[in-house]
Parts: sequence; structure tokens; C-alpha cells
Amino acid sequence: MDFFNKIPVMDRTALRELKKGIDSSFKEFSRAYGDGIEGFFDPLLHFLIWLEKLLVSSPWPIVIGVFGLLAWIGSRSIKLVIGTIVCFLVIGYFGMWKNCMATVAIISVSTLVCIVVGIPIGVLMSKSDRAEKTILPVLDMMQTIPSFVYLIPIIMLLGIGKVPGLLAVCIYALPPVVRLTNLGIREVDKETLEASEAFGATPMQKLKSVQIPLSLPTIFAGVNQTIMMALAMVVIASMIGVKGLGVPILQAISNQYLALGMMNGLAIVALAIIFDRVTQQYGQRIQKHRGQKK
Amino acid sequence: MSKIEINNVYKIFGKNPKSVLPMVKDGATKEDILDQTGHTVGLDNVSLKIEEGETFVCMGLSGSGKSTLIRHLNRLIDPTDGDILIEGTNVMSLNKESLIDFRRHKMSMVFQRFGLFPHKTVIQNVGYGLEMQGKSEEERNKTSMEKIEAVGLTGFENQYPNQLSGGMQQRVGLARALATDTDIMLMDEAFSALDPLIRSDMQKQLMDLQAELKKTIVFITHDLDESLRLGDHIGILNAGKLVQVGTPVDIVMNPADEYVEAFVKDVNRAKVIKAKVIMTPVNEANGIDKSNMIKIEEDQFIEEFLPQIVCTNSNCEVVDKQGNTKGYISNKELQSSLLKS
Repeated sequence: MDFFNKIPVMDRTALRELKKGIDSSFKEFSRAYGDGIEGFFDPLLHFLIWLEKLLVSSPWPIVIGVFGLLAWIGSRSIKLVIGTIVCFLVIGYFGMWKNCMATVAIISVSTLVCIVVGIPIGVLMSKSDRAEKTILPVLDMMQTIPSFVYLIPIIMLLGIGKVPGLLAVCIYALPPVVRLTNLGIREVDKETLEASEAFGATPMQKLKSVQIPLSLPTIFAGVNQTIMMALAMVVIASMIGVKGLGVPILQAISNQYLALGMMNGLAIVALAIIFDRVTQQYGQRIQKHRGQKK
Repeated sequence: MSKIEINNVYKIFGKNPKSVLPMVKDGATKEDILDQTGHTVGLDNVSLKIEEGETFVCMGLSGSGKSTLIRHLNRLIDPTDGDILIEGTNVMSLNKESLIDFRRHKMSMVFQRFGLFPHKTVIQNVGYGLEMQGKSEEERNKTSMEKIEAVGLTGFENQYPNQLSGGMQQRVGLARALATDTDIMLMDEAFSALDPLIRSDMQKQLMDLQAELKKTIVFITHDLDESLRLGDHIGILNAGKLVQVGTPVDIVMNPADEYVEAFVKDVNRAKVIKAKVIMTPVNEANGIDKSNMIKIEEDQFIEEFLPQIVCTNSNCEVVDKQGNTKGYISNKELQSSLLKS
């Protein structure tokens, strides 16, 4: 009867030993390889610092002008350009310029990393069912595991600072671009692919001349999602030492500063809307001439 | 040597085709195999020969395996068993590189739903095969413009496919296949998605082009009229088996089995049968009433001279191009040839 009332539990000391064992072996691992791994991310760190400095130290009218121009290139919509400029002016007016630039810098770099890493993984998944089966659960895990849980090993390995923050953002933001690259390539019309093969395209030519261009709108939807998710990580990343709009929000939480929290929160929302609209409009624009999908 | 030779090709779809092959070879029916093993028989012992410069039409209803068959020729699909020889080369023996080279230079293909690249302009679409062949852009555009002109699309070269109508899109598909200047052209239900008027237009255009280019064309269709119009020879597929191969007249006059019979039953025979097929040769013609004769050429279809005969109630004298008498057709013979057997 006892068996049904009490779930079998591992022996306490054994459990403690197991946990200890895992912890100490990971500690050893991070002691041995931590520096090496940090060194590996060095170029990324320098790039991030350079971009942040550039954004902060350039005269603000030029920075806003560049943002306006980028918005125009992406969307070809005057309304959106004006909206972008007004948003940045307001953000600056309320004293959030520096933090905002730091956030823009980390979002840009992490999005770039996600694209560079994510698209090839997505392509690999689309080419092989086995790869898809292996990678999908990993993506599921990356999206659902509470961010705090993977912050622990990252901090153990790399300490506190920009690089671990960047890594945390990338882990969270990577899945959409991988998923949608895979989906986009798999959705390309079968007859179009046959045509490409029938005229003697090698697998690489097929990928470059047909599959990637035709799945670009879908891939772009993935990039858009990745940017949104990166923005959502801003606050959590600030917990491990990433500068930006998340820092004042953390302060506001611990000190109950309503106005400070709201302002910075709304600044993040403004950034999100600008990024989202511009990338979405760009995505739609590259779909022109593509016609209806069956 | 035939241009294309298909020898005992079997294609079975499913998890483990090889294991089912002996059953198919022993003559089990498609239904039995599906019931017992879950495998689908696509092609069942198909052998045929296609000669250089002819248009071979492969006809059958959907599911008969005709699209599968055509894809074997450029190995978009690999057979489960059997050999495919193109100009004497066994395509099954080609490795990856040679297969790609073979597809670039030996064969081109036109697709039912066009298979155009929606992100490329007309001229880029037409030049795609040439791009694969490694030709320079200049050369590509020059050849492409010629082919665009040949199919009557001049002025549309910088449009995108979805800006064109269905018929125009298929002209792009045709131009793309012509651009690589391959000897063999595969056309997979190329005109089936077009409406009847445009279809007949395109058939005419293909025949005109073919008269000039003399390519070996393998044409797939489910439309009997189309196959009778285009084909030098017609092969009829039923449930993966080739049931009859022959000239259009063979197929109409001597259907091999009930399936083919059902197919040709509604054919307008007057459109298919030429005078020389039903005439009685001069040396065998006795006792024909020569008082009331109309001269017709041997290559005329019945429908072309039928109205005259009906009006005048006369018999026919069949002559060749030089005007020599080749034979006679009596009213009775004409009547019986048009009657459904």
C-alpha cells in the first residue's frame, strides 16, 4: 500500500551527490575553457562596443537621420519615417537616448548573429529530415526553457557582462529564424524545383537561384520575429550586465518607480513597433512579382 | 539505334520497393500489391523505343503513370528496375556530375503548371538553362531574345511571370526549353492547364516549330485529340502498363483492348484518317463505277473531302501529289470506315 501513497524518491544523499557532481564538473569545465570561450567571442564584443560608441558619440541629428533613412529604405513609407523620427526625438527628450542607443546596438548585433547562425541551420534542416528531427526539439527547448535557467551556466562560464548578455539574447531569439528558414525552403513549389533540376542545376545552384530567393519572404518573417524576441529579452539581459533600456526598468521594479518604469517600457515598445513595421514592409516589398502561392 | 529506348522499366512507390519487385514481375495486379504490401505500382514492365525527330505522345488517364514515365527519362525519378538508354547511353549508369551535365545538354522540359521562376523576369527564365550551362549573360540574353521572339512574346521580356496570362506563361516555358537547344524535349501535360482555344493555338505553334527544328519530343497528355494531332506515334498507358503503341490511325482503327477502345470511341474519325489509309489500291479495284468521280489527294483527311462527297454522292479517286491515281474509295467503304466498329 505504501508504494501507491508515496512516489519513489531517489536517496537524498545520492541526489545531493549527483547535483554536486554536475555542478563541480561544470565548474571545472568553465575554469578550464572559460577564457578560451570568452576569447572566441572577443571580436563580437569589440563590434558591439564599437557600434554602441558610434551610436552614442555621433551627433544625434545624424543618428536620427540615419534611422529615418533606414526606415525609408525598408518601407518606402513617409508616414513610417516621420513616426520613427518623432519616436527617437521623444525618447531623447525624456533622457533615454544613451540607454536607447545601447539597446539598439545589442539588438542589431544579436539579430545579425542570429541570421548568420540561424539561416544555415534552417537550410540544413530543410535538406535533411533527420536534421530536422534532431534540431526541432532543441529549438523547442530554447524557446520554452525559462531564461533564468540558462543564465546560470552562461554566468558560470563567462561571468557578467556584454557577451553573456548577448549570448542569452541569441539563445532566446534564434529559433524563429531557423524555423521559418526551414519552413520557407520546404514550401517552395515542387514543380519549380523540378524545373531547376531538369535544367541541370546542382544542389547548390538550386539553393541559391531558386530556394533561397523564393523563401526570402518567409525567412524575413523569421528575422522579424527574431528581432521582436531579442527586444523582449532586453530586461533580462540587463540583469547580467547589459546596458540599455532594461537597466532603469530593473531599478524601477526594485524601487517602485512607476514613471521611470513606464517611460523606459514604452521606449522599448516604440523600438519594437518601428523595427516590426519597417521589417514587415520590407518583407512584403520583396514579395512583389512573386504572385499568389498555391 | 533509337534516340530513346526504355527497356523493362518498373517503378514501385513505397517503403521497400525492391522487396515487392518479384511480386510485380510475377504478374500480381496493382490492387493486390497495394492491399498486401502497401506499395503502389507506378510503372509495370514498360518498354518502348522513340526514334530521332519524332513526336511521341504518351497518353493515359491520371494515375496511369505517364508523368512518372517522363520523369524517368531525365531521372527526376529513378526506376526500381530496368534500363533507360538515350542515344545508346544508359542514363542509369551516370554518376552525379555526368547526370547534371546530361540534363544541361541533352534534354529540356516543359511543365504542366509551367514551373517558371516567379522571382525572375521572362528573359531570365528563358535563359535559366543557359545559365546552368555556364553561358555568359550576354550570350544568354541574345539566345533568349531569339526564343522569346520565336514564341511571340517580344516586348514582354522584362515582365514577371505572374504578370502574364496562362498561355503566355507556357510560351515562356516553351521558350526556356527551346533556349538550351537540346535534341530532346520532354513536355509533361504542357498544354493541359490552358483553355481550349489557347491550347489549340499552342499545339499549332509547337507543330510549326517542330517542322523547322525536328527535335525528338516526348509529349504527355490525357487528351486524345491532342495526341492524335501532335503524335507521330502514340503510346497508351493504363495502370502503369503500356497497352498499345502505334500511329494515330493504328490506335483509332485497331484499338488493342477495351481500354483503348473506350478511349477512341468518341473520336471523330474523319479528323484522323487520311484518304490513303482506307482507299482500295488501283490494282485491286475492280468494278468500281468510274463515271462519277472526285479527285482527292492521298494525304487529305476524310473531313476535308467529306462534304463534297455528301453533296454529289460520288466516289473518290485518290491521287498523289503528282496526280497519279493511287486508288479508289467507294461510298460504301467511306461509310464503313466512319462507323464505330
